[in-house]
Amino acid sequence: MGLRTPLFSEHERLGARIVPFGGWDMPLHYGSQIEEHHAVRRDAGMFDVSHMRPVDIEGPGALPFLRFLLANDVARLQFPGKALYSCMLNEQGGVVDDLIVYARGPDRYRLVVNAGTANKDLAWMNARSIGFEAAIRPRVELAMIAVQGPEARARAEPLLPAAIRANAMQLPSFFAAEGDGWFVGRTGYTGEDGFEIMLPGEQAAGLWLALLAAGVRPCGLGARDTLRLEAGMNLYGQDMDDTVGPLESGLGWTVAWEPAERDFIGRAALTALRDAPARRQFVGLLLTGPGIIRNHLKVLSNGVEMGEIASGGFSPTLERSIAFARVAPGLGETCEVEIRGKAVSARVVKPPFVRHGKILVDRLT
Amino acid sequence: MSNIPTDLKYTKSHEWVRDNADGTVTVGITDHAQEALGDIVFVEAPESGREVDADEATAVVESVKAASDIYSPLAGEVVDSNELLTDTPDVINTSPYDEGWIFRLAPSDMAALDGLLDAAAYEKVVEDDA
Repeated sequence: MGLRTPLFSEHERLGARIVPFGGWDMPLHYGSQIEEHHAVRRDAGMFDVSHMRPVDIEGPGALPFLRFLLANDVARLQFPGKALYSCMLNEQGGVVDDLIVYARGPDRYRLVVNAGTANKDLAWMNARSIGFEAAIRPRVELAMIAVQGPEARARAEPLLPAAIRANAMQLPSFFAAEGDGWFVGRTGYTGEDGFEIMLPGEQAAGLWLALLAAGVRPCGLGARDTLRLEAGMNLYGQDMDDTVGPLESGLGWTVAWEPAERDFIGRAALTALRDAPARRQFVGLLLTGPGIIRNHLKVLSNGVEMGEIASGGFSPTLERSIAFARVAPGLGETCEVEIRGKAVSARVVKPPFVRHGKILVDRLT
Repeated sequence: MSNIPTDLKYTKSHEWVRDNADGTVTVGITDHAQEALGDIVFVEAPESGREVDADEATAVVESVKAASDIYSPLAGEVVDSNELLTDTPDVINTSPYDEGWIFRLAPSDMAALDGLLDAAAYEKVVEDDA
């Protein structure tokens, strides 16, 4: 048996199919993954993401520590509540984890890291924090519910504590508001508008049931994966890991090269790779032939192996298979994916595939 | 509790077999199997005329989660496959025993049908699976 979030019994009551994920027992779906996916694209869905780990970093050394720890530059967070997506790299330029960091006030930051890597991340952060005046505090007592979809914020609004409701509703994208022990970010992992709400674990079931009553559809990890794939968002462990860094996983935009004098872990390794002619590309694929692209399948160009699939699957919005692939430089506009020994045609496209309910890639074959 | 019709034969790998009483059988996957797989999004059905052995991987059913081989319960020749599955593979989810059939087979030895599981024996397989 794995770890259980404060919402586990609610998932069981709703008939969820429970699967192990990152050491936790989590809902895969509550009946139909595809219907859950469509609910988020068209209306509103909610995800129990309490397995993810908030980690507070506080103290006079918090900012210099995070500027050393993360590849993106936390000094860009000029306003309290602003959020930043970043990779946390090792010295070799591989990704220890990807995370969101929120500025909460002077010397106060909150990171949200992945479930399966949380213990590794904490060990890493603790080891690297020596010499910085910064306290690292995992907030295991917090639950987290992501409410996502075009109607998500409107459905959640009356359920937020009065103390933060007005602030939360005025948040620009990638900002957070907090009060009464709740922390509400206008962030997500679906490509739709919405909130990610952190709150005390004992209040999580109350919010979950109220959202359910407001017509927000419970969604599992299955829909979360197809939504993020369509939205062009990476998944740690598939698209990047300890050995594959941001420049080869489509995350070059998250690396803050300026100011040049900022020293961050992994900088030297990334600099060496930056102009390497053999640096692999991270591309989107749209399967034009029959079948479904799965992780680790081979990508071919005129029969020559060019790389492999990082994340692949079925896109419910496009009603065909899409993927991210890591390939050698020089892949053209089309390629093939080897599915059960057969080379199936695919088109190379630039993710995201879908954002805010709209298809962004040309579906023509 | 999954639906297990008593007039069909079954395999341990969750295929069902219907005797069409005309020298052919129809093959599909069980209600239990479709539920375990989740939303089905693609089916690779066999070509008519293909000769298959018993337990040979004959079709592929892909759900949102994974690809699964469908094994021919009997040796014989594929005589038909379900064209409905090309555009609407999810009929396997909604109607696993009827509209969601996968292929028809002319078994080389019809008597081998008796060697497959009956509904009661298959129910035990499902229980042990849980």
